[in-house]
Amino acid sequence: MLIYCIKRIGLGILIVMLAVTLLFFMIHLVPGDPARILLGPRATPELIASMSQQLGLDKPLPIQILMFFANLFRGDMGMDVITNRPVADIVFGQLPYTLSLILTAIIGAALIGIPLGCYSAINRNSLADRVTGILSVACITAPAFVVALYSLLIFAVYLKWFPAVGAGEKGDFGDQVAHLVLPAFAIGLSWVGYLSRLVRASMLEVMGENHIRTARAYGLPERLVVFRYALKLAVLPTVTVIGVGMGFLLSAAVFTEIVFARPGLGKLIFDSISTRNYPVVMGSVLVSTILFVISTTISDLINAWLDPRIRASL
Amino acid sequence: MSKNVLTIRNLSVNYQTDQGTLQAMRNVNIDVPKGSIVGVVGESGCGKSTLISTIIRLLATNADIPNGEVDFEGRDILTLSEDEMRKLRGDRLSIVFQDPMSSLNPVLTIGKQMTDIQYRDKKTMAQKRQRSINMLESVGIPDPASRLNQYPHEFSGGMRQRIAIAMALQAEPSLLIADEPTTALDATLEVQIIHLLKQLQSTIGCSVLFISHHLGVIAELCDYVVVIYAGEVVEEGTVSDVFKRPQHPYTEKLLECDPANIAQKTRELPTIPGNVPDLVSLPSGCIFKDRCHTKIDRCDNERPQRIDAADKHYVSCHLRSPQ
Amino acid sequence: MLQAIKRICGDPLGLVGLFLVALMVLSAVLASVIAPYDPIALNIIDRLQGPSFKHLLGTDQLGRDLFSRVLFGGQVALKIALISISIALCIGVVLGMIAGFGPRWLDNIIMLLFDTIRSFPTVMFALATVALVGPSLSTVVVIIVITSIPTYGRVVRTQTLSIKSNEYIQAELAMGASTFRILSMHLLPNVVGPLFILASMDIPTVIALEAGLSFLGMGVKPPTPSWGSILNDGYNLIRNTPWPIIAGSIPLVLVTLGFTFLGESLRDLIDPKLRKSL
Repeated sequence: MLIYCIKRIGLGILIVMLAVTLLFFMIHLVPGDPARILLGPRATPELIASMSQQLGLDKPLPIQILMFFANLFRGDMGMDVITNRPVADIVFGQLPYTLSLILTAIIGAALIGIPLGCYSAINRNSLADRVTGILSVACITAPAFVVALYSLLIFAVYLKWFPAVGAGEKGDFGDQVAHLVLPAFAIGLSWVGYLSRLVRASMLEVMGENHIRTARAYGLPERLVVFRYALKLAVLPTVTVIGVGMGFLLSAAVFTEIVFARPGLGKLIFDSISTRNYPVVMGSVLVSTILFVISTTISDLINAWLDPRIRASL
Repeated sequence: MSKNVLTIRNLSVNYQTDQGTLQAMRNVNIDVPKGSIVGVVGESGCGKSTLISTIIRLLATNADIPNGEVDFEGRDILTLSEDEMRKLRGDRLSIVFQDPMSSLNPVLTIGKQMTDIQYRDKKTMAQKRQRSINMLESVGIPDPASRLNQYPHEFSGGMRQRIAIAMALQAEPSLLIADEPTTALDATLEVQIIHLLKQLQSTIGCSVLFISHHLGVIAELCDYVVVIYAGEVVEEGTVSDVFKRPQHPYTEKLLECDPANIAQKTRELPTIPGNVPDLVSLPSGCIFKDRCHTKIDRCDNERPQRIDAADKHYVSCHLRSPQ
Repeated sequence: MLQAIKRICGDPLGLVGLFLVALMVLSAVLASVIAPYDPIALNIIDRLQGPSFKHLLGTDQLGRDLFSRVLFGGQVALKIALISISIALCIGVVLGMIAGFGPRWLDNIIMLLFDTIRSFPTVMFALATVALVGPSLSTVVVIIVITSIPTYGRVVRTQTLSIKSNEYIQAELAMGASTFRILSMHLLPNVVGPLFILASMDIPTVIALEAGLSFLGMGVKPPTPSWGSILNDGYNLIRNTPWPIIAGSIPLVLVTLGFTFLGESLRDLIDPKLRKSL
């Protein structure tokens, strides 16, 4: 188990390093002077020269990469060219908004989707199961920004049930929650469908296994058979999927934050692109990538820990 | 009636398949007297598993029972409600399945699974655990208290089957169904498990319905034997009667094919020529006629009746009928 | 093939999917014939109208006919999806075969590369790329190609590995059959089915990504019509009129649904075993 942990975490670190290198090359191999790109079109030649030196662009490429990593390791992701604040401060200031949005969405989706999948599996081929199945596909395929637009249109503009923009007053918890509902719904809806289908499929598979027949043959109540004996096995695949899902959720969050004018990593990237604030763009992409790698790593580890068969073989 | 724990009368089971109605069991009669071990023997696909699933009422959804009754301790199981049936399962009526590798839940500890079955008892958790520990001890699991916290995959196949037996007998049922419990194990383990079963059966005093295709095991363990062929009972009686004086040609052939009975060295192992008939479109007359070496004209059209060949020794064959 | 169509007809959802996909392909191909107006022609007098017989889906803030823009937007979406998925398929197949049949170290490097690409959240990666090279149709294609190569590559690699370990392949190798012969004779026929299904189920994702990027103004450049840019117009006008949002979203939702239903139907038809792995 310990060896597996080390291996899996090692792989995660390796992937993050490769991703960082890739981003580094993306900045530096793009036609044109990186300093000019980083500073934007309004930069003077003197400014570009000092920026080049500051970035170490006069040094050989391997040294540059090493410097990039060294700075990153110290938590230094460069300076914002407009406000001259450290990029790290800006990015980490926005991170809680995105994280709370994603967590609310995924927890809500799990709370609705997993029971729905269970219900479908138990009442297989019933009318309710078929309707849930079709609705689930519809939920999965609906792009997050379309759901966001419609929930904004219906619930905020016409019905005025929920606030339309922003993340709520600082310190006012109720207001913040009210601002969280629609965005979380927009990115969580497809996950309700996805989780319910996943749980349904794995539940059906588990229910057909021999040990479930054993549990029934020993007269265990159906409730116990379903919720303790089958569900525990059936949710194992969802843990992995939720880990991978972080990537999709981060992508969906970009749209949702923009539609609801809500602060967060996605909004930050979008705004920084329009002001040509490249260090902030790269910093945000980097942080979200690291976040994604961490979540897949953790979900793999949790999965291994939950399943005693895997736990033993490691 | 009261002498029997289980009395099956005239039981038929059909499966609805894409090809048509498959008549898996037809008019089966089986008696399991109190405190005795009854063996059921037959080839694969002869309806052994259907028989078990019917008794514990866990038949596939495409199965139906057109006629028959399964009397267990004076009540017809087939007429019980789902709730009443569940009260019997694991309490009065228990089962050990064939494959010990897949019949235990892989993500719950042995202790959890063993205490869960005692959900009916109003005992404290400590008492339930103690009961499980005693049970594991009696099936020969060393250091049962600590092994209770282990998962199934941490046990060998033989150990798991012992655990399964412990789970099945925990509530001291009046009938234990053993579905080929030793088929998945190797020969030395098989003998151990058989001895264990016999010993536990006499301490608890329950009856056992033992399903197997292994004649040697049946001869060693059982008091009575029922021979099933293609969904019908062809012969039944005490083990000594059936094995020493087989009345049905199928039983004769089965005994001939048992490796233990091949005295001479031979290049070819004996077999029964032909195949089991198609259960969707049943042939008329005797079910075994196409593979029978003593077939007579009557076998083609007339279905043989169950006849008393000797005391408690029944056979369904025209050759043995008085006419 | 005829058999396949017949069996899809037996599956109502697959039939709905087939109908929607056919509708989209037809209206995209025939866009210039069906469309009542030029999709980029301005008509300030008729701006911001609701649906009428003159303008079936209404008009946008510049008075452009939304129905015509939706038709041409479908053309753009389909073009991008087909081009990028074909390119990604070709590269994915080649890389997957190399990973599966090549030496172990090469396999490890390719797999690590795939893992790295997949470790970027797609839209974040797309935004970073757009930020550096600027928004255009070809940028969208490049982004989609890069992010979907790993999916195809992995499927091909897994198949290659399992085929390589077959005894009859080992025997052929021992008799001196060339790698090329084995890959083209034994591997390709085996991966065509799964890849086809995978690609058809990938189309809705790709169409949604294109629409999403165009919605953010990072996809195709205005005034080229795209479902995403129609939605963007609708977002800016959300307090005035709901029609651009409705006009842009209905085809998008119907088409993604259509391709998904069709893809699932095909999957069950061609290979029920894939149910779990896809």
